[in-house]
Amino acid sequence: MPVSLLWAVDVYGRVYSLSTAGQVWEQCRDAQMEFKRVTAAQQCCWGIACDNNIYLNLHASDLPVRYQEETYENQRWNPVDGFSERLLPSDRWQWSDVTGLQHQPLDNFRLPSISWEWEGDWHADENLDGEPTEKGGWTFAIDFPATYTKDKKWNSCVRRKRWLRYRTYKAMDTWAKIPSQQTTLPDPFSDISCGGWEISDEPRGRLSLWAVSLQGKVWFREGICHHNPEGSLWEEMLLPGEVVQISCGPGDLIWAVLWEGQLIVREGISRDCPKGTSWAEVDSPSPDVGAAHVAVGVNVVWALTKDNKVWFRRGVNSHNPSGSGWINMVGEMIMINVGLNDQVFAISCEDRAVYFRQGVTSSELSGKTWKAITVPRDGDRSHSSASTSSLQSAGCYFCGEVRAQSVVSDVESDTEKGSIDGASRLVASISPESFVDAPTDLSDQPIDAPKPRIPKVTSDSFISELVSDREPGKTSSEGGPSGPAVLEEEPIPGEEEVDAPCASVALSSSQSGGPPDPQWSNVDLEEAQGQQAQTGAVADSADTCSLSSVATYSLAIEDQYGADEHPLWAWVSGGGCSVDSHSQLNWFNCSVNASSLVQSVQSMSLSVTPAQTAAWRKQIFEQLSDRTKREMDNFRHYEQAVEQSVWVKKGTMQWWRDWKPHKWIDVHFALEQFSGPEGNKDGILFIYYNFYEEKKYLHAFINEVTILVPVLNDSKHSFAVYTPERTKQRWPIRLAAATELEMHDWLALLSVSCCNSRGLQGSPSKQAAWSVTCKGDIFVSEPSPSLEAMPYPTPCDQMFWRQVGGHLRVVECNSVGIVWGIGYDHTAWVHTGGYGGGFSQGLASSTDHIYTQVDVKSVYIYENQRWNPVSGYTNRGLPTDRYMWSDASGLHECTKTNMKPPSPQWTWVSDWAIDYSVSGGTDREGWQYAGDFPASYHGHKTLKDFVRRRRWARKSKLTTTGPWQEIPPISLIDVTILPCAAQSSVDVVPLWAISNKGDVLCRLGVTTLTPAGSSWLHVGTDQPFKSISIGAASQVWAIAKDGSAFYRGSVSPQSPAGDSWYHIPSPAKQKLKQVSVGRTSVYTVDENGNLWYRQGLTPSYPQGSSWEHISNNVRKVSAGPLDQVWIIADKVQGSQSLSCGTVCHRLGVQPVEPKGQSWDYGIGGGWDHITVRGNSMEPPRVRLPSLTAPAPPSPLPASNTEANGNAVGC
Amino acid sequence: MADDKDVLRDVWFGRIPTCFTLNQDEVTEREAEPYYLLLPRVSYLTLVTDKVKKHFHKVMRAEDVEEMWFEYEGTPLKWHNPIGLLFDFHASNSVLPWSITVHFKNFPDRDLLHCPSNSVIEAHFMSGIKEADALKHKSQVVNDMQKKDHKQLWMGLQNDKFDQFWAINRKLMEYPTEEGGFRYIPFRIYQTTSDRPFIQKLFRPVSPEGSVHTLCDLLKEMYPVALPSDGEPKRYQVVIHGIEPLLETPLQWLSEHLSHPDNFLHICVLPVPSD
Repeated sequence: MPVSLLWAVDVYGRVYSLSTAGQVWEQCRDAQMEFKRVTAAQQCCWGIACDNNIYLNLHASDLPVRYQEETYENQRWNPVDGFSERLLPSDRWQWSDVTGLQHQPLDNFRLPSISWEWEGDWHADENLDGEPTEKGGWTFAIDFPATYTKDKKWNSCVRRKRWLRYRTYKAMDTWAKIPSQQTTLPDPFSDISCGGWEISDEPRGRLSLWAVSLQGKVWFREGICHHNPEGSLWEEMLLPGEVVQISCGPGDLIWAVLWEGQLIVREGISRDCPKGTSWAEVDSPSPDVGAAHVAVGVNVVWALTKDNKVWFRRGVNSHNPSGSGWINMVGEMIMINVGLNDQVFAISCEDRAVYFRQGVTSSELSGKTWKAITVPRDGDRSHSSASTSSLQSAGCYFCGEVRAQSVVSDVESDTEKGSIDGASRLVASISPESFVDAPTDLSDQPIDAPKPRIPKVTSDSFISELVSDREPGKTSSEGGPSGPAVLEEEPIPGEEEVDAPCASVALSSSQSGGPPDPQWSNVDLEEAQGQQAQTGAVADSADTCSLSSVATYSLAIEDQYGADEHPLWAWVSGGGCSVDSHSQLNWFNCSVNASSLVQSVQSMSLSVTPAQTAAWRKQIFEQLSDRTKREMDNFRHYEQAVEQSVWVKKGTMQWWRDWKPHKWIDVHFALEQFSGPEGNKDGILFIYYNFYEEKKYLHAFINEVTILVPVLNDSKHSFAVYTPERTKQRWPIRLAAATELEMHDWLALLSVSCCNSRGLQGSPSKQAAWSVTCKGDIFVSEPSPSLEAMPYPTPCDQMFWRQVGGHLRVVECNSVGIVWGIGYDHTAWVHTGGYGGGFSQGLASSTDHIYTQVDVKSVYIYENQRWNPVSGYTNRGLPTDRYMWSDASGLHECTKTNMKPPSPQWTWVSDWAIDYSVSGGTDREGWQYAGDFPASYHGHKTLKDFVRRRRWARKSKLTTTGPWQEIPPISLIDVTILPCAAQSSVDVVPLWAISNKGDVLCRLGVTTLTPAGSSWLHVGTDQPFKSISIGAASQVWAIAKDGSAFYRGSVSPQSPAGDSWYHIPSPAKQKLKQVSVGRTSVYTVDENGNLWYRQGLTPSYPQGSSWEHISNNVRKVSAGPLDQVWIIADKVQGSQSLSCGTVCHRLGVQPVEPKGQSWDYGIGGGWDHITVRGNSMEPPRVRLPSLTAPAPPSPLPASNTEANGNAVGC
Repeated sequence: MADDKDVLRDVWFGRIPTCFTLNQDEVTEREAEPYYLLLPRVSYLTLVTDKVKKHFHKVMRAEDVEEMWFEYEGTPLKWHNPIGLLFDFHASNSVLPWSITVHFKNFPDRDLLHCPSNSVIEAHFMSGIKEADALKHKSQVVNDMQKKDHKQLWMGLQNDKFDQFWAINRKLMEYPTEEGGFRYIPFRIYQTTSDRPFIQKLFRPVSPEGSVHTLCDLLKEMYPVALPSDGEPKRYQVVIHGIEPLLETPLQWLSEHLSHPDNFLHICVLPVPSD
């Protein structure tokens, strides 16, 4: 689970955030002023401050918000000047945009706000479609507008040059004011809500931001996206009434509350129209009491009425945003918010605590119970600890706060209140005993007694008064004398100040807080609740002074609650808080003194967890080993009381029989295990079957089994058993158990058995090779010393692979044991050093280093239509056509209802949605057009198009466990780790990655002790990248989106990010897609499956000279620190069929022959990725006469493949 | 890096070198040689002493043989307690090998249960597991198991098959992560100073406030005398599996790693030897 934040504002206007991994509310120290409301998304938090301006707090990420400004310099040739700025009158501007229509001189570019800064100056772009222009960036054409080439020809009459400049958003992690560029901007804002990020991912980071002004108008912020986090302008929406509050969900739900207490729902929201088109009205849940507040999620609407009752709206979805009816829920709340995954947060009107709705799932959206979040704030005093350290920290905090707050002069009185509050904490922690037994919740105490006396006492004695009220006998003596003199200068005449700023609010506060009733009762709700929710609005509209509403809040409340330690919340926003009903949160039952522990919990130390270094554990390990010495070492010659014997486990299974026609048949299955002479165990696997009434059996020695591959699909719980012979044939023993559980039990048993027979135990070694199947299963193999030996390496099909828990698409390692992975959802993971997880529980799994891992991938189906003259495009095809709902090939029918998640491990987490991100582009409804099926599709309709299709995607989620820990927050598509050996454990290991947006990143602080590193360093590029690799001597190579290669110059330990990119053209007419750099060799794979070797690399000219073709049918390459070359190959011949995705090893690689000679085939098919970059073990050297006859050069160039024999299938 | 799994192996493969001598009073045809054996700490005396029985039968007449029982320094050894516990409780500070006297007559009916066959041991062992799971999971795990799983637990113990036993036993050691441990910790505290066989009460691994209970917390509640008081020399040893875990060791961890196969944490509280 990625760590994310729940945001809240307390009644004093202080902004706090609570991490899903944390146990303490952390104050947002940066806030220079009080805030009224906040609304969070995952990447940012918006707020309305007490100055009524809107502020944006964009979370810092290692990935900068970087915008590329571009403009074109256009020139025309004339016989006199040659190419010059003198253009024809009909020509475009000298400086223009790419179309030539927009005049864009360099000095017209301005920074949008003070939150931006330029990154360097303008420079010419010398890259044209992956080729260097070599002419200072000029590209030539016959005339505008035309096709530009890099070569100047005799008829080139015009030329142009593209100029680039980058600007970055610098106001990260701080509250930056959104400039109000419109002078017409109205009355101050009173409510704000952001959402809409699930409507479309184009452009990236798009958000809908809705705001309500004091006069009840609604505004929509245009143009918010990743590159423009502030948005560009406010647009006013037409309204049927005056709005007091609005809520915008992550999807297409937007509800608002009107002054009169009805609700309105925005309709017509779509990908093309995030603003929506019209409003529909919905009555208040209760006929007598108007609605006061509304909160929407993806598929839910919650509302509060003015009597604080909580209501849940039935039947809400995209098609029916208004829903069908209200259900009254338990609880009385003053504010409610729906976060991600439709999880609900609310603030109780009774104790003003933040409550979390437990048990909200997609099937039970209304949840089960309210549970209070009881974590302390970071400034809270510790209950029981009066140690000097906690005292000091409280003191520091106190000082800092005073300084920060005193900046705001408008709310001076509030500041003092706040500081007194802080001070009183300080005082209280000096005499902790008085608090140990005190009830923490003052709200149900009769609190009218101390109130009148407050003005006359200093804050510390004020607390003592409160305490003495509660426990007169015990603490009365500690009252006055304990107050330090320092606080005497700030005696607060609280009552007098209350009515100073705003009479109306003071009135409401005295109503609500008056003696007859405890605070926040229902008395005044009919009238006051609306006002209270909108206090700021009332106050500010009544008198135009810009005093913050929160300030008045705090004055009203603090008299009664000033001494109370439990926080009083005013506003909460879960829009950035990624939790679901399965999340493990530590929010609910921690005592205040847990806050000191939080630091250690939050610090992400992977290798050394406190529990492991605990003295008690060490003691047990030591004593057990002493016990062994004492009780056993001298008595080894004694006879054992229990003799070892053979142990047989039997069961029934189904077996995919070897002879045709292939089908599943019932078999008896037995595993016989026995102990070998040296205590190692061995076993034999028997499969008893009937062959034409004859009883037969098949067996495999456990020590010959090379891999066990689980093959879950929706019909069978099966797994495949390979031996070297079966790997050669590409025909494993396939077995299916009756249930998933049974399959896991067998797999766990067999894998323990296999590992035992090979003496393998514990975590993978640093040298291990890692691979990933197309199902995302992860396997690891310990290389034998002679794996890379010349001329007789260990055959690749004899490698033993064992599974590691987790689910990844890519895994990369290096020779000091740093292993990173990337999930299908692009999440980055680091190997924790553990083993097991997944199905291998219990003994085959380490205890401490196993974490929950979640992966998400999309399932796609296609909707196909054919045009006919009568009704246009319909779902009636020709009889020869494909299914109207199909897979990509059109051969299999796939409808929305019959599609299942990829395997039982996966569950749906979204509904079907049109996928617009298809290569070739789509129209506004997601359609792609073509002349006929199957063909190449394009995104717009032409006269020649008779068929169209569109892709639907549905997300599915898998939850498993494995030795992996997430590295938030940046999603990756590629990662590479320097493969050569580090000298010591503190050496920093270079690690580079590509974000899923194509940014190049360099990880800082990666060492063997901190394999996760500390932060990302962004390396600028002029276009998105897609693959990267770092080899020995810090050679960094990368592949750009356009298919060309880049070499990074001057990378060294001193300059880990290097200085500049050198462009290296791709092989002729090929677009490269992946690169791997070993010790001296550089290999790339192109989009047509060709493997290329870079010729002519020398230390003085590391870019090399040309590409040499090595092989075809290659999907991926991994070059290791010994220059060993391993690939994933397609179309490898097996006994029954060709297999796709086979691990292959290049034979004959030597320093004099770095390209090697032939391929040796290992495990597969169904493999997707391999990395051998951990294996730096020099093989034993044997001198040998040179081999003259090279073996067949490449995996079979076969034309037709059928992946029938694959264990995993592609 | 030592792993917690190694603790399970160390616990399982703990052995006590034992010398069995025939009681002087037994009638023999010729002199009985002592018999030396490595006894598994986690097993039961009567389950692993077939060889001892055969050895001494050879020198005795069949009519002189009744049910075999064991005694150490005058105390009859209760076979229904795990061997490791018997050793720690009676002989932890004595010289190895452990010298046990074998009897074939005068069965002390008042002190010992009869053990006519291994099925009695099995019944006793399984009742222990069920009782422990009742405490840990309201019996949910053990009841969800199939008969063959129960058999596998027993066979694992009987045949000293660590993998076989733990393949099933791990399920008994699972708990919902959000609860931080078992419902109650199955434990028994044995003390030399009392006639009560042992102390066993309900005790949770996590306090109501959410903090983790340690061995110290357990003893504080069950047997406060065992805890060292300030400024005084230690008076009691707290021994589990022949070792003295630190008092701050979390109880849940102990229960998962240092329980006997019957899923109970058998804790001995012994006076510190005076010498």
